[in-house]
Amino acid sequence: MSIPTDLKYTDSHEWVKSESDGTVTIGVTHHAQELLGDMVFVELPQVGRELAQKEECAVAESVKAAADIYAPISGEVTEINSELESEPEKINQDAYSAWLFKLKPTNASELDGLLDAAGYQTRLENEDH
Amino acid sequence: MLIFEHSRPGRRNYSQAPTTAASNNKIPENLRRKSPPLLPEVSEMDTVRHYTRLSQKNFSIDTEFYPLGSCTMKYNPRACNSLAMLPQYLGRHPLAPEDTGQGYMACMYELQEILKDVTGMAGVSLTPMAGAQGELIGVMMIRAYHESRGDFSRTEIIVPDAAHGTNPATAVMCGFKVVEIATDKTGNVDMAALKAAVGPQTAGLMLTNPSTLGVFEENVSEMSRVVHEAGGLLYYDGANLNAVLGKVKPGDMGFDVIHINLHKTFSTPHGGGGPGSAPVGVAERLLPYMPIPIVTHEDGKYRWVSEKEKPQSIGRLSAHMGNAGVLLRAYIYVRLLGMDGMHRVAEFATLNANYLMAELRKAGFEIAYPTRRASHEFIVTMKEIKDKTGVTAMNLAKRLLDKGYHAPTTYFPMLVPECLLIEPAESESKETLDAFVIAMKEILTEIEEQPDMVKDAPHTMPLRKLDDVKAARELDLSWKKPSS
Repeated sequence: MSIPTDLKYTDSHEWVKSESDGTVTIGVTHHAQELLGDMVFVELPQVGRELAQKEECAVAESVKAAADIYAPISGEVTEINSELESEPEKINQDAYSAWLFKLKPTNASELDGLLDAAGYQTRLENEDH
Repeated sequence: MLIFEHSRPGRRNYSQAPTTAASNNKIPENLRRKSPPLLPEVSEMDTVRHYTRLSQKNFSIDTEFYPLGSCTMKYNPRACNSLAMLPQYLGRHPLAPEDTGQGYMACMYELQEILKDVTGMAGVSLTPMAGAQGELIGVMMIRAYHESRGDFSRTEIIVPDAAHGTNPATAVMCGFKVVEIATDKTGNVDMAALKAAVGPQTAGLMLTNPSTLGVFEENVSEMSRVVHEAGGLLYYDGANLNAVLGKVKPGDMGFDVIHINLHKTFSTPHGGGGPGSAPVGVAERLLPYMPIPIVTHEDGKYRWVSEKEKPQSIGRLSAHMGNAGVLLRAYIYVRLLGMDGMHRVAEFATLNANYLMAELRKAGFEIAYPTRRASHEFIVTMKEIKDKTGVTAMNLAKRLLDKGYHAPTTYFPMLVPECLLIEPAESESKETLDAFVIAMKEILTEIEEQPDMVKDAPHTMPLRKLDDVKAARELDLSWKKPSS
């Protein structure tokens, strides 16, 4: 599956989309859901929580493992996709449309430090295995 | 089929019927139930058959090769069990005066001393009752040590990404922030990342060595130096002690505190989830914080160390001496083996793993860390096979059941995609290992010739492939009486 070019990425396999209202939408990549396998449970952060960059803020649990999800940039949680709480399999079906939560960035320049699609592709190719 | 499904109104199992009339007239009327409990009504013969059939469906180390090794259940000598069941031990009351329990206390004292010797630590407390409890106590002692020195700025515990999930969980339970560091391409902890992570905020490092990747941390001395120079302490997770038992001592590697899983390495079957026992060992500077009870030996008598003698102890974890029976089994195990025998455990566990790794590589399996010697376990990755054929590690694991083998650990550690973590342990013969290799080879051929058959495995088990996603999403563990 190709990596969407309009998104930014982290080393820990989150994707970030800049919205026109200044917020960002965050999800996990297709590669991440492939590694984890069938999702059985997603725990999302509380709306209003202030997150630091790289802070653990959500958990995706699959039949194989539970994985922490990290805040790609710092900011306040403005909205969560509570649909995932009852239908976590949406992440497996389409990781790039099944968003997890939205942030109001504290420091938008942190976005510049994230990977673009090509950078994320290289990151995947350099994985140990 | 559940025992409840055998139930028919009025059937009775008279061998279990009460022989005397019971009275409940001390229970107030309003607290008594109005209808009988929903117990199965089954005849004696049907009950015997039900449980005998269940036991025959068991996949056990008593009947088959179990390549989960010490991680879950290595072979535990019968002698340990039968000697621990002597009536003199079974009949001992935990509150019996010291005078009448000298024999048991001697065993516990000697076990403390032997474990000190095997691990190279200055003190051992036997009381934690599970690996997770041993970890919790270990990290609590690290915290107590820093705080007693007025050093409150140490808020972080460093944990490699290959660690068992209990390590970061323990650090969080003790109020620390977890700093995860990466593994390099050869399976060692990334030293540059470790050096960048340590500082005046570092309370300690938690390390499993050999690691969950089945390799020995080659830079452990350097890691120890780096963490100590930053003022942090080193925690040794004893999960993989079986590989180095008495040959390499955590104390010599520079560790300040360790936990030892007696239920993994020292002869207690624990595959069903218990009972556990995880003594903690400490270096000199952590001696004051050890949990009690501890047994001491003075003037030819054994006695319990009191709270007064250990004012800085982090306290008690259980009312009495932890899991007393498991400690006894461990004591018998180490006395039967002696130090030479423990060395042989480590040597044969390592030899068996390396032999199996070499044979499986010859058979065409990809080894995750091919340049490294295995410790007591090693990892096969099915990544390429999955990319080519769609057959996953889980499919192969299920197919192994059809061949009469328990599946090895699958999908752990998460660092290696499509992995099988294989640990034969020391007791298996070459013939058993060779037969396992033949079964693995057969599956490899099946994957090429009839991949769909492998994907649908198991074919010969009482239950076919289970929908584990549905089971996890719609967890249903209680039996409900069908409406008639």
